[in-house]
Amino acid sequence: MSEINLNSAAQISAAVKSGEVSAVKVTEASLAQIEAKDTEINSFNTVSGEIALAQAEAVDQKVASGEELGPFAGVPIGVKDLFCTEGIKTTCSSKILENWVPPYNATCVEDFLAADAVIVGKTNCDEFGMGGSNENSAFGPVKNPLDTTRVPGGSSGGSAACVAAGMVPISLGTDTGGSVRQPASLCGLVGFKPTYGAVSRYGMVAFASSFDTVAAFSTNVADSAASFDLLAHADGRDATCIPGDRETVSDVVENYDGLDGLRVGVIKELAGDGIEGFEPEVIEQLNNSVNALADSGAKVDEVSLPGLEAAISAYYILNPAEASSNLARFDGVRFGLREPGGNTAEMIRASRTAGFGEEVKRRIMVGTYALSSGYYDAYYAKAQKLRALLIKEFTDAYKDFDVLLSPTSPVVAFPIGGIVDPMSLYLLDIATCPVNMAGLPAISVPFGTGAHGLPVGIQAIAPAMGEARMYKVAKALEEKQNG
Amino acid sequence: MSENNNSQTSDLTREDVSKVANLAMLNLTEEDLDKYTPQLASILDLASQMNSFDLDDFEPTAHPHGLVNIYREDKVVETPDIREKALSAAPDVEDNQFKVPPALGEEL
Repeated sequence: MSEINLNSAAQISAAVKSGEVSAVKVTEASLAQIEAKDTEINSFNTVSGEIALAQAEAVDQKVASGEELGPFAGVPIGVKDLFCTEGIKTTCSSKILENWVPPYNATCVEDFLAADAVIVGKTNCDEFGMGGSNENSAFGPVKNPLDTTRVPGGSSGGSAACVAAGMVPISLGTDTGGSVRQPASLCGLVGFKPTYGAVSRYGMVAFASSFDTVAAFSTNVADSAASFDLLAHADGRDATCIPGDRETVSDVVENYDGLDGLRVGVIKELAGDGIEGFEPEVIEQLNNSVNALADSGAKVDEVSLPGLEAAISAYYILNPAEASSNLARFDGVRFGLREPGGNTAEMIRASRTAGFGEEVKRRIMVGTYALSSGYYDAYYAKAQKLRALLIKEFTDAYKDFDVLLSPTSPVVAFPIGGIVDPMSLYLLDIATCPVNMAGLPAISVPFGTGAHGLPVGIQAIAPAMGEARMYKVAKALEEKQNG
Repeated sequence: MSENNNSQTSDLTREDVSKVANLAMLNLTEEDLDKYTPQLASILDLASQMNSFDLDDFEPTAHPHGLVNIYREDKVVETPDIREKALSAAPDVEDNQFKVPPALGEEL
């Protein structure tokens, strides 16, 4: 390995295992890239260089002593600052947790460490995961490495940007309403979200618990599949984590040989024929991707999910409701920022007021309102029913189709500061948040470019626990894209 | 977005926002109220989109796959003693306990 290619986890792992390059050298290369580029990009809140080099040395010792190595041997990864990392600050990009150091690791972090990966730092994000542009961070916005005047998407914007900038080949993110798929789309990366309950959330700071999932970014489908296979397992420490086995997907990607009659349904409402706001170039690429899949052996047809028309409205009641409840724990008592107050209640108010940013306060207030007596039925209960309707529409669609298809984001990366109205940002979640409402797995794969030559992402959505067929479609898109 | 005729407006007032902030343990200034009141109203108004759907036959759903209790094996495992680490993250500690300003004796 003459030059270290920080875009491929598989290549790095193979080279480290064979002794061609040391994990320390790879880590140093990753840290050098961060040093060179991240002053501008701002994708990391914390760079844990010393800890990373110690982890890398331990991997090299394993290589030297002939011990068996994990699938991510010596691979540097970025970890969204929403996951607990023992001994490394976990801020959630919020002032309220600015100096918090967790006493334990999240399960997904343990998984990557056990696979001999190296954590180089904690990535910037929208505060507590609330946002779609990474402009809601207490530590400044993240810039899109493809065009630094534009946003990388959000909320896992730092996790996307550090991979897109070639600092690391893999990063961990969270996807509550599209927070991995949308930034993957805007940064030209592969980003998946698993079936709700397929990946343990132990050690992930809770945001909207009935939607939250642990997810990952990569530059290619094979690395994405390897990440899913590593992360997807039962975990006794998360009571919402589904017991039993999951489908493995790396073998599906490796042995890919066409789509062989797979039934793909293009969601009408998200294909420029229904819900407005999709850029024409995005729809053009969706049509190109449909042709590519048909060319790969898929049977493609159109499918309608009328409930999508109200999905955003329901999601932006349910999500803030759950957030308002989860974020009640930040009270200045056990961890995080404390502001002075004459009594406990004053102290709590002062701490929350000083510690939370604008978007977080907005969601806490919307959620508190929707859950308050007198308004519960008109907002929360109604949104929960709409969710049930949407789940039924997805279930019905899967009677006729194996995988559903849509653009990931209605737009390509937009300018930093270009969208200031919170509602306009919420509307951009139209293709992603319904998937979380139904708890389904989905993946965004780059497919061509749209306006300004910026990448477009195509989203494949599978039934619950149907990740294998989702990765089949992802591989087909990648193959056609690479010609 | 589709038009619908039975749109509702939340009629959200500054007083409502002030009350909600109080419930959520947040302090708002007059400027905050100027900013948040129309923003919250427009988010809540969006909920009217749901009115064009007949939802009577649907049960409110809080879990995508139907909530079930998932139990782990009843096995004793070693739990690391993280008391010291947990307390070290607290803003104020006394005698191995979290310390807060007075909670009783004044109107809260």
